[in-house]
Amino acid sequence: MLNFTKIKVSLIYLILLIAIFFSSLNFKNNNIIDKNVNLGLDLQGGSYILLEIDTAPLINQKLQSKVIPLKKLLNKNKIIFKNFFISKENISFSVSNDQHKKLKNIFFSKTKENTVNIFIPEYNTFELDLNFKENTVIVNFSNYGLVGLNNAALKQSIEIIRRRIDDVGTKEPTILQRGDKRILVELPGIDNPERVKELLGKTAQLTFRLVSNDDEFGSEKLVLADTNEDLTVNKRVVISGDNLVDAQPKFDGQSNQPIVTFTLDRLGSQKFGKTTTENIGRRLAIILDNTVISAPQIREAITAGTGTISGGFSFQEATDLALLLRSGALPTPINIVEERTVGPDLGKDSIDAGIFSLIIGFILVILFMFYKYKIFGLISNISLISNLILLIGILTLIEATLTLPGIAGIILTVGMAVDSNVLIYERIKEELKTEKSIIHAFDVGYNKAKITVIDANVTTLIAATILFIFGSGPVKGFAVTLGVGIITTLFSAYFIARHLTSIIVLKDREGKYFKL
Amino acid sequence: MSNQINFSKFFKIANIFSMLTILLSILFLLLKGLNFGVDFKGGTLLEIRVSDSNVKIEDIRNSLRGAELGDISVKEFGKKGDFLVKFERNSNANEKFISELKSSISEKIGQEVNFRRVESVGPKVSSELLKQGVTAIALSLAAMLFYIWIRFEWQFSLGSIIALFHDVIITLGIFSILSLEVNLSIVAAVLTIVGYSMNDTVVIYDRIRENLLKYSKISTKEIADISVNETLSRTVITSLTTLLALGSIFILGGEILKGFSFAMILGVIIGTYSSIFVASPVLGYFKVTQKTLLKDENV
Repeated sequence: MLNFTKIKVSLIYLILLIAIFFSSLNFKNNNIIDKNVNLGLDLQGGSYILLEIDTAPLINQKLQSKVIPLKKLLNKNKIIFKNFFISKENISFSVSNDQHKKLKNIFFSKTKENTVNIFIPEYNTFELDLNFKENTVIVNFSNYGLVGLNNAALKQSIEIIRRRIDDVGTKEPTILQRGDKRILVELPGIDNPERVKELLGKTAQLTFRLVSNDDEFGSEKLVLADTNEDLTVNKRVVISGDNLVDAQPKFDGQSNQPIVTFTLDRLGSQKFGKTTTENIGRRLAIILDNTVISAPQIREAITAGTGTISGGFSFQEATDLALLLRSGALPTPINIVEERTVGPDLGKDSIDAGIFSLIIGFILVILFMFYKYKIFGLISNISLISNLILLIGILTLIEATLTLPGIAGIILTVGMAVDSNVLIYERIKEELKTEKSIIHAFDVGYNKAKITVIDANVTTLIAATILFIFGSGPVKGFAVTLGVGIITTLFSAYFIARHLTSIIVLKDREGKYFKL
Repeated sequence: MSNQINFSKFFKIANIFSMLTILLSILFLLLKGLNFGVDFKGGTLLEIRVSDSNVKIEDIRNSLRGAELGDISVKEFGKKGDFLVKFERNSNANEKFISELKSSISEKIGQEVNFRRVESVGPKVSSELLKQGVTAIALSLAAMLFYIWIRFEWQFSLGSIIALFHDVIITLGIFSILSLEVNLSIVAAVLTIVGYSMNDTVVIYDRIRENLLKYSKISTKEIADISVNETLSRTVITSLTTLLALGSIFILGGEILKGFSFAMILGVIIGTYSSIFVASPVLGYFKVTQKTLLKDENV
């Protein structure tokens, strides 16, 4: 165990040199190799936001859109239906029993004429399902139909959220899918998380609809944001946010009030022009997520395809509204289910406290080891320092994220790393009681302790792995430093410390130093 | 061997003590339960800093009155002017909730407050996190059981698991008795304790196995005694260096790491104790002898 070939020795120190190189990357700006340890949100400050899409309204909306094509399909095929009813999750109607088979055939037809029930080739199934209860027919989404709906909505939501966050100009945001309903957003070093949260949570469904004079059919009551006045608004949408190609915050030339100007696409311009031409004198409501922002009177026909929205905004509000309109509406409402924000000053305090306790813990352990084992304590300390350099080097190489518990993991590694050396030295001490040859005692000591050291470290590695799989955020950072720390500990105890020990043992055959 | 300590003499009394402590812990865990933080219970946690050090807990509490936050707790947190506020409501329903609360507190106290940390967890996520935490601990125990079973005999595996349960239950019991908050970092601490205690146990078991093969005429109890003594200085030194590192985090590492490092310190002490006084005598109770080891090798 004491023999080291020259190649082995050079390899050990080459690895250490590489580790020193990578560790040093963290301390200076370097353009050649751009690698460093990332700071977690808890250390640099920032927001972790977990969002969940709520597909219930979307399902209902999609179901609503099926009503007219379904009725058309039934009429075209001369299927007589009664008691047509639409609930939140299904459409039901009654059809006499002898027509059930016919209904089934046309409903599950893969031809292009079937615009009601679309065939999904990836899942080899239809979007909708039919259920018969006596003579009542229930139409609802099939399981795969729901999955398809959910996935499409989630994908689109992620896209829109990404656009919104990019527009705000946050540095290095992380936007990831989590499970089948959730989106994780991480915003490091953000100044104003509350504003971003408001931007993320808004569905931003914009519609332009005419204000009705009375309770005519197909209208609903909505609240005007400024005055809390109730307005009766036609349900028919003139143009929606989908027709917008651009929106910008501006100051109104006359009143100097912040406003939002928008530009419409070709179809939108046509519709907007037609409606404004035909309805001069009527009020047009501009509605965002079921609240009327403003309802100005149409003074003249607007055919240029541009317009403005004013609503007593502050400039910030106008900027945000323009941003939301540019990025588009979310397909479903989104809820924040988990939020963690750390201010930059707390992050800084945490780094300071973490590093300080690391240094103190390190010094205490080093002093203790030196006091206890003298020259071998020194070797153990050199291997401890190498261990720390290797650990930081590997963390840099894999660009790990360092969190506050992660720093605790490093300190813990420092405390536990000496264990391998202690195990070995205590073993050698025992061997020296019965063994005369010092070299032999060291050899046997290292060999016998090897199994124990590996067994003991594997158990901690198991704990770290499970933590890594189940933990999230800061805790994951702890698992990483603990796990990597075990590997570097084994390396430094069995290569660096053993090599240094072998030098002393081979030089000092009388055993002056071995009053362990 | 001059400084032999006759550990086996204390095995019985230590085991009775352990059993009583476990019983007490279970009683507390069942009747009083754990003080779950927002991670596992849902709700909101705010770390607030005010520049005026004359602001008292009562002022913060008063400023929150009428905001319909549910059960509120306010306490000082580290330095003067730092407070930790916890309440049941979470920010899910209303994105403006936190910013409104911030301006409301600032207005009522009469100075700008700094929200240094905000954690708001909805009921669905918190119950998922709790489930995940329990699964992680259970899985790590199972993995340890399996590893030791492969490396040693089943008696060793069972003995080490008994010691691990001992450590986890008593650590959690103390958290229950002292009403200390249990959050995600405590789960991390418990898992690390499991790893650490196992580490300690393995070192002693390794030696017991070695000595069982070496001496055939000595009782298992005495072998346990010899092995514990032989590894004692390592056990003590490693515990000491680990405690030095942990003590440094506990005292200097800031408020956020306090609970975590406290749990670890408890765990290291209990884990060291259990390796000597629980894991070792258990082998004797399972009647592990040289034959147990040799039989396996012949198969």
